[in-house]
This record gives sequence, C-alpha cells and structure tokens, in this order.
Amino acid sequence: MEMVLDILSWIFLLAGGAFCLIGGLGLLRMPDVYTRLHAVSVIETLGMGCIILGLVLQAGFTLVAAKLIIIAALILLTAPVATHALAQAALHAGILPKLDHDKTGGHIAGEDEPSNS
Amino acid sequence: MLIGAFCSFGVAALASRMELLDKEGHPIYLLGRALWYWPWLIWEIIKAGIDVSKIILSPKMPISPTLINVRSSQKSAVGIVTYANSITLTPGTVSVELEGDEITVHAITRAGADDLAEGHMDRVVSRFEGGGAT
Amino acid sequence: MMFAVATIAVLITIAMVLARAILGPSLFDRVLAGNTVGSLAVLTLALIGFVTGRPEFLDIAILYTLLNLIGTIAVLRYFKMAEPVNPAQARD
Repeated sequence: MEMVLDILSWIFLLAGGAFCLIGGLGLLRMPDVYTRLHAVSVIETLGMGCIILGLVLQAGFTLVAAKLIIIAALILLTAPVATHALAQAALHAGILPKLDHDKTGGHIAGEDEPSNS
Repeated sequence: MLIGAFCSFGVAALASRMELLDKEGHPIYLLGRALWYWPWLIWEIIKAGIDVSKIILSPKMPISPTLINVRSSQKSAVGIVTYANSITLTPGTVSVELEGDEITVHAITRAGADDLAEGHMDRVVSRFEGGGAT
Repeated sequence: MMFAVATIAVLITIAMVLARAILGPSLFDRVLAGNTVGSLAVLTLALIGFVTGRPEFLDIAILYTLLNLIGTIAVLRYFKMAEPVNPAQARD
C-alpha cells in the first residue's frame, strides 16, 4: 500500500513538473500575448493539479491534505479571473492578436459597430 | 471555539432574516449538480491540456490562432460566469470579452474554436445551471 | 527525493518565466509573467514545506494565492486607467 502510494506520487509529481516545464517553454516560444496565455493556463491547471495531487497522496488523510486541496481550489477559482482580466486589458489597450482565422467579422462582444482599428 | 461557532451561526441567521442574502451571493443550491459538473470539467481540462502540450512540444508549433464569438444560452449571471470561467480554465481557449450573452473567445487552434462553436460545453453548463435538459 | 525533483522542475520554470518577463515585448507579457511567477511560488512554497518536513508553509501558500490575484487585478486596473504615455511604445 505504502509502495503503491509512493509510486503514484512519483508519477504525479514528475508529470506536474513536466507540465510546468512545458508551460514555461511555451511561454518562451509563443509569438504573441494571447497565445502565451494558453501556455500559462497549462501551468496553472495541469501542472498545479498534478503536483498538488502528488503531495496530497503523500500527506494522507490529514489537515495538511485539506490545506492543499484548499490551495488547489483557490488557484482554480482565481486563475481564470486573472487570465480574463489580462486578455481584456490587452485588447482594450489596442494590442490585436495575430490571427490565422478571424470568425468574428471584426465584431468584438460589447462594441456596437465593427472596429478594425 | 464554541463562541465563534455561535457567532457565525447568529450572523447568518440575522442576515437571512434581514433578507440580505440572495441566491447569487451564495449559490449553495448548485452544490449537488456541481458534484458531477466538476469531474466533467476536470476531464475536459486534462484532454485540452495534453493537446496544448503537444502543440508546444512539436518543433513546427502548428498554431492557428482564431477569434470567435459564441452565444451562451444560460439565463442567470451565475451560469454565464461559470461558462466564461470554464472556457478560460480550459487550456487552448481564453474568453477575451464578455457582454450580455455574447462571449468573444481566443482559441489557439482552429479545431478548438470549432469545438466550442459546436456548443457541447454550452449545453453542459446550461444543464448544470438550470437542471433541465436542453 | 521526489519533492526535490519537483521543486527543481518548478524552479527551472520560474527561471524561464522570468526570462519572458525580462524579454517580453509588451507590458502585458510582463504582467502575465508576474502572475505566473506568483502561481509557481505557491507551488514552490507547498513543495518546500514537504522537503523540510514543516507543513506550516502551506498557510503562507494559501495567503499568497489570494494576494496574487489581488496584485494582478490592481496592476491591470492601474494600466487601464492610466493614459499610455507613448501609444507606439505600448503597442509593442
């Protein structure tokens, strides 16, 4: 039992570290702000989730595990708010995303007339 | 500790008597349905996250950034915010702008935008919010 | 041992994100990098708590999660209110 838990937390911690590294690599490679947001969301969901899950398996059924789950829930609740605020602020500041396909027809939600400026 | 528990219960009771609480402030009635919505969302996050990781790791980086408007069919503010947050939480799609029932989404690939436009997640969130099947 | 490996991976990621904060052409790249460093710092705090066997670090991690969001929103609101000094510079 102990052995199985150890192996599982090894797997989860390694996977979490790997996802964090992938996200960091993506943050360096992606061409513009909006695509970098996607790289960061890999870190904040999968990387964070795997590492916390690995730690919970090591902590067992204790107060420490409860605190870890609170941390995971808080990050999952706050990360999209920060990401959305960042994307919205970047759009309002006039930074337009580099697009391959624009299916909005130049129309952004909340604006009356199409703006292509 | 007993005094603390007594105080918090007292404040909650007073607040509900004074009708300060509304459904939006404390959506506890969603908790039952959240128990099957969250696992579904986590499964979506895992699938999308592995897709984005493959894109990052492949040497050519086959991204095709797409901006798309989607309509949300939720009725309450809680439902729309849940939908927008779920979109943002899923790697590969970020909700950029939100007004009324229209959400502008930035997706990293064309396929991700098409999946979102198909509206599967919208239907699941609507069911989570309203309870009725759509 | 396993905690040390994960900690090293997270620290390398922090270094990459800091590189983006230094390079990052626009202001929003830097804010994004700052937010990401905050999230990774929470993970580092949790992991260090396990490495040293002192789980008190977790309380600090909970606090840091909340402060991270507030800090990011505050900075973004500030830049939304402020007029860009030089629009061409803010653009890229």
